[in-house]
Amino acid sequence: MEKTLKVPSKIFQPLLHSALALVLGLIAGAILMALYGYDPFLAYGALVRGAFGGPAEFAETLSFAIPLMLTGITFAIGVKAGLFNIGAEGQMYIGALGAVLAGACIKLPPIIHVAFTTLFAMLLGALWSIGPALLKIWRGVHEVISTIMFNWIAFYLTMYLALYYLAEPGRAEKTVSVLKTARYAVLMPGASLTTIIFVAIIFCVIIHLFLILTKAGYELKLLGANPDAARYAGVDAKRVILTSFIIGGLSAGLAGASQIIGRPPTWALYGTLGNVIGLGFDGIGVALIGRNNPLGVIIAAIFIGALKNGGRYMEYTAGVYSELVGAINGLIIIALAVPEAIVLIRRVLRRYKI
Amino acid sequence: MKTAIFKQYFKVILVLLVLATILFIAKLFGLNPVALLEAALLAMTPLALAAMGESINQKAGLCNIGLEGIFLITAAAGVFGAELAHEAGLPYSGVVGLLFGLLVGALIGLIFGVLSVYGRADQVIVGIGINVFAVGFVPYFMMAVWHFPGIHIPPKEVLVPPLPVPIIRISGITVLTLILGVLLHLMLHKTPLGLRILAAGETPEALDVAGVRVDYIRILTSILSGALTGLGGAFMPLCWFGGIVKEISAGRGFIALACLVSAGLEPLLAMSFAFIFGFAEGLAYTIAVTPGIKEAVPYHLVLMIPYITTLAVVTIFIGKRRFPRALATPYTRE
Repeated sequence: MEKTLKVPSKIFQPLLHSALALVLGLIAGAILMALYGYDPFLAYGALVRGAFGGPAEFAETLSFAIPLMLTGITFAIGVKAGLFNIGAEGQMYIGALGAVLAGACIKLPPIIHVAFTTLFAMLLGALWSIGPALLKIWRGVHEVISTIMFNWIAFYLTMYLALYYLAEPGRAEKTVSVLKTARYAVLMPGASLTTIIFVAIIFCVIIHLFLILTKAGYELKLLGANPDAARYAGVDAKRVILTSFIIGGLSAGLAGASQIIGRPPTWALYGTLGNVIGLGFDGIGVALIGRNNPLGVIIAAIFIGALKNGGRYMEYTAGVYSELVGAINGLIIIALAVPEAIVLIRRVLRRYKI
Repeated sequence: MKTAIFKQYFKVILVLLVLATILFIAKLFGLNPVALLEAALLAMTPLALAAMGESINQKAGLCNIGLEGIFLITAAAGVFGAELAHEAGLPYSGVVGLLFGLLVGALIGLIFGVLSVYGRADQVIVGIGINVFAVGFVPYFMMAVWHFPGIHIPPKEVLVPPLPVPIIRISGITVLTLILGVLLHLMLHKTPLGLRILAAGETPEALDVAGVRVDYIRILTSILSGALTGLGGAFMPLCWFGGIVKEISAGRGFIALACLVSAGLEPLLAMSFAFIFGFAEGLAYTIAVTPGIKEAVPYHLVLMIPYITTLAVVTIFIGKRRFPRALATPYTRE
């Protein structure tokens, strides 16, 4: 009897913890709203309607989820290998830059152009991730510090190139738009969902298969779970670190590309980087809610995508500045970091026999 | 051990000599060396405060990478507190703002400490959570309180003026930071409390056996780290920029982490590194505003200088740094 109950609890427990963290984050968000005189019920009502109110709204939510699941993979594959790769942000800027370069400056036949631009953006993202990986391998520089420095360097580099070399003549606030041949097809008129969502989901599934089926994937998980055992088993830690960073960079590069060649209507990068900024950091919360499992990350991305999409309606209807969604995301991360929370709550529940 | 530390200081002195040379070259290029030094000292202050506080926190075994978020939140809180005091007609409203920032920082440190010590939280994740929270919360807070997105300039009366000394404009907080550096160094290496802090990070079991509460020590250092970071956060708008934008911290929390990691968690050494990074930032600002030079070098590339310097310095200095054995590991009594 005892045993049959324990097997499902292995899946159930992380799910419960994730759900609990989500609820805590939303409650804390409501408190923050009430504190400054907003109506949380009106706000959350608008948020839900904006995110799931109809097919067009849901398509928009899915569109918001695309970059989030990819930057989520960046962080998740890092954690799987025992690394805190918070460089998705910068790798994504560079990926977006690569998408503009390949999509606007090179002429190719239709389908080949889309594929080439996507791959080029992914490769640039991966290239940008190699810096912190090498610093970690050679000198032991902690990736939290090096990736953030690379993020800021990428920020100014991308902004510089976007403003001075790729700006659209007459419209200095954005870069030139990518050619029609480099754009993913829009799936539903009125929403910004494009076929790149299939590429993103397939990418996540491939990473999942890589982790569960291949030797390299197993070594990666082993290093993250137990570095001593990994060393004893002859796992080459340096190679695993490099692999993890490169996969993360590919994923973040694809996330950057998704905002340029996979999202109407601008098909370009803003000079302020306004249409990509913050998506890398959002991915951290997505990865943690999805328990760093690539398939879980897809689901978590849809949830955070719904918050971000619905957040705009919340701002419009209830006047709550949509940046609050970011704060809620942070609180969810903190709640997820405390494993004792669930034990504590269970103890309280048991005490009151609920 | 002693000679190893001496060698580190020797390296730092070498770097400072290099900086003096840069100062001299800068003068040849038409940059004002006094302005450069002033900018460097301003940029040093928040970095040094956060780096010193957090190095002691890490010595005790906690690892808070949420410094960036604390900077951001306390910058907003500092301006908010200063304006409240100003509206209430209190004198020295800027100083009240600084204290407010310090208190909010201490509160975040307390929360971090409790989550890490009693909640056995994954400290790196909590730190990331603090950062993500701050990036969302601060713009929301600014919009809710000041009804304008992303930027706020408080009235001039709430700002803290520099010390009334000749030749150089230097903030009282900068002087306080320099004194604190020495005091924290002495506290860590010459007092029983310092010994307990070191033990909490190295051998918490031994400390526990000796009858000292590991949890109290760690929460104390966490509060100290939060408070000093909070003072640094409030320093930015009130003593330095004279206003707040939603990305005011600009990676400084992580540069502060780079300081303490390069310094092997020695507070005084961390302060020297803060000066080096502050110098890089000051150099960037001075280049960006000096006529004749700012036209020659692209603005965006100049702004990269602090981050590239940080990467370079960490890479050179990190070497074979030893970190406390129990760093970022929750301690449980058997």
